[in-house]
Amino acid sequence: MSIETSATIGRFGPFGGRYVPETLVPALLELEEAYTAARADPAFGKQVAQVLKEFVGRETPLTPAHRLTAAWGGAQVWLKREDLAHTGAHKINNTIGQVLLALRMGKKRIIAETGAGQHGVATATACALFGLPCEVYMGALDVERQALNVFRMRALGATVRPVELGSKTLKDAMNEAMRTWVSQVQDTHYVIGSAAGPHPYPTIVRDFQAIIGQEVRKQSQALFGQLPDAIIACVGGGSNAIGVLHPFVGDKQVRLVGVEAGGHGLHTKQHGASLTLGTEGVLHGSRSLVLQDEHGQIQEAHSISAGLDYPGVGPELAFLVKTGRMEIRTATDDEALQAFYEVSRSEGILPALETSHAFARGAELARELGKGKHLVINCSGRGDKDVATIAARGIPAAITGNKS
Amino acid sequence: MSGEIAAAFAKAKARGEGALVAYAMAGDPDLPRSVDVFAAMVEGGADILEIGVAFSDPIADGPVIQEASERALKAGASLKRVLNEVVPEVRKRCPETPLVVMTYINVVMAMGEEKYAKLAREKGISGTILPDLPPEESSGIRATFDAAGLDLIPLCAPTTPPARAEAIARDARGFVYCVSVAGVTGMRSELPVDLSSRLELVRKASPVPITAGFGISTAEQARTIGAHADGVVVGSALVRAAHADGPAAARQLCAEIKRGLKR
Ligand SMILES: Cc1ncc(COP(=O)(O)O)c(C=O)c1O
Repeated sequence: MSIETSATIGRFGPFGGRYVPETLVPALLELEEAYTAARADPAFGKQVAQVLKEFVGRETPLTPAHRLTAAWGGAQVWLKREDLAHTGAHKINNTIGQVLLALRMGKKRIIAETGAGQHGVATATACALFGLPCEVYMGALDVERQALNVFRMRALGATVRPVELGSKTLKDAMNEAMRTWVSQVQDTHYVIGSAAGPHPYPTIVRDFQAIIGQEVRKQSQALFGQLPDAIIACVGGGSNAIGVLHPFVGDKQVRLVGVEAGGHGLHTKQHGASLTLGTEGVLHGSRSLVLQDEHGQIQEAHSISAGLDYPGVGPELAFLVKTGRMEIRTATDDEALQAFYEVSRSEGILPALETSHAFARGAELARELGKGKHLVINCSGRGDKDVATIAARGIPAAITGNKS
Repeated sequence: MSGEIAAAFAKAKARGEGALVAYAMAGDPDLPRSVDVFAAMVEGGADILEIGVAFSDPIADGPVIQEASERALKAGASLKRVLNEVVPEVRKRCPETPLVVMTYINVVMAMGEEKYAKLAREKGISGTILPDLPPEESSGIRATFDAAGLDLIPLCAPTTPPARAEAIARDARGFVYCVSVAGVTGMRSELPVDLSSRLELVRKASPVPITAGFGISTAEQARTIGAHADGVVVGSALVRAAHADGPAAARQLCAEIKRGLKR
């Protein structure tokens, strides 16, 4: 027997791969094989599609944002409404797919990591739906910041395990979930929540999230008779971004734009901008762009939004950015907050703080494109989970104006 | 191939003993005091030293080594400082003992694989263990290490199917590190029952010595496993002993485990 080399496997240019303890390799090979078979099986595709329709509520609308369009004075703005998917974010697209895959593989239990809690809720939901026990690892700091989602997971029957190590955020939760998986790998499936991690996860998550972009393709043709001129999405680990963007990678006329967490500003080191400022490295099993010091130690990321507070990013996005196919920008905490209020007040939609980062770059992009063009913003999730964080800062006077 | 590792196993065998590969974290609690721990472990009978270089996100490690990594990083134990400040001191105090570095791939990548291989060899390192670098990802780095005369020591896990384990063993440099339990590093009260047959399978295929590690903390466990391997690796138990009671405690634990390895 010869062991395949990295050149052929799970790679996006130099990025991707499978940098994990040997204990996990057989499980990843098994997962890859099971997924390849499932993907080729029309019955599996039908089953996923049916649950997405009947339970998740797909397809989600592509909503014209009339007042933002008018206010920004440029391209016509459209919102892809992942906030209307069950549980309130795009994360459910992936967890339904992966839990069905785990059932197909005969796995008895599910573990997951979560940052904002959105992926944890989506995993707990899929597990409740299919009757599998579920354990969610979550940084202790995030447990505090996202109390509502912690309650939701528990109500859904999942066990939430606070992680007290390191920065007590998403990256530490992912470390702990991987360590747990190493010791329970025979009967447990690990549902990774973003298009990151070792091969085959970036591919699996991208495929399950690509439903977003596939719908946008169909809907934009139906609503305005052409493909969008640009699509913009926020980037944490990258799952909503790759999901909405991937079906357009071959359409060179469509600008693909990602927005990362600028945190307190790119000069402060307190940000989550791994595509913008990261360097090549290995984190959580894949080679990608990561925030690290010169010694290869991973830096703590910062963002007001727990879902963007991650020092790594999925390998396929790193590849799209490196090759110039995708543009990357950042929005600071303050800009995201401002966008949160702007969207809430002009469209009647409270966007998630993650999503607010995408909106924060919307105005300039709409103007760059100009009138008569079409801009799609991926509304990755709703802001209900964030209202406590946002309210704690008080509504800025500049926004309330003379209203109260 | 470095040659030093094979010689150390042969020496232990000639004395009628299994070899003890003893792990400690460089820079825990600080750089100079970790040198004392390494030296004490050799006094206690360690045949090969495994020098841990801390990584911020050690996914293959349990709580004892995670906490040691955090202490070492606080003390400034970068790979560069470990090679330049810790390794030469250990070399001076234990001139006969082969030294092996254990760290994660990102730490080596950040320095540059070639630069690392050259510097490590220059400082007297014989081999390197990278627990997050399975064979699929290691062909390039292994060629680089081979060229520098540095052994890339492979790992084999309880979940590794027999054919794959044999392939890993056949291609091994230095020694084969057989992970005894499906899990992260750390002490275990019980080791899996099928461990001995797995070790024998790897031993048959391997041109180099084989060791078992992860979970071993007592002379009794060392004796059981020592019957089916050329040596054992002890990590968390030594890290914990040194952290709680200093170098002397690590020396004593090494001596105890060595007693278990007498044939
Ligand atoms: C609503 C929402 N959007 C975006 C993200 C960021 O993740 P990703 O980049 O994987 O889409 C999250 C993560 O929790 C989220 O909850």
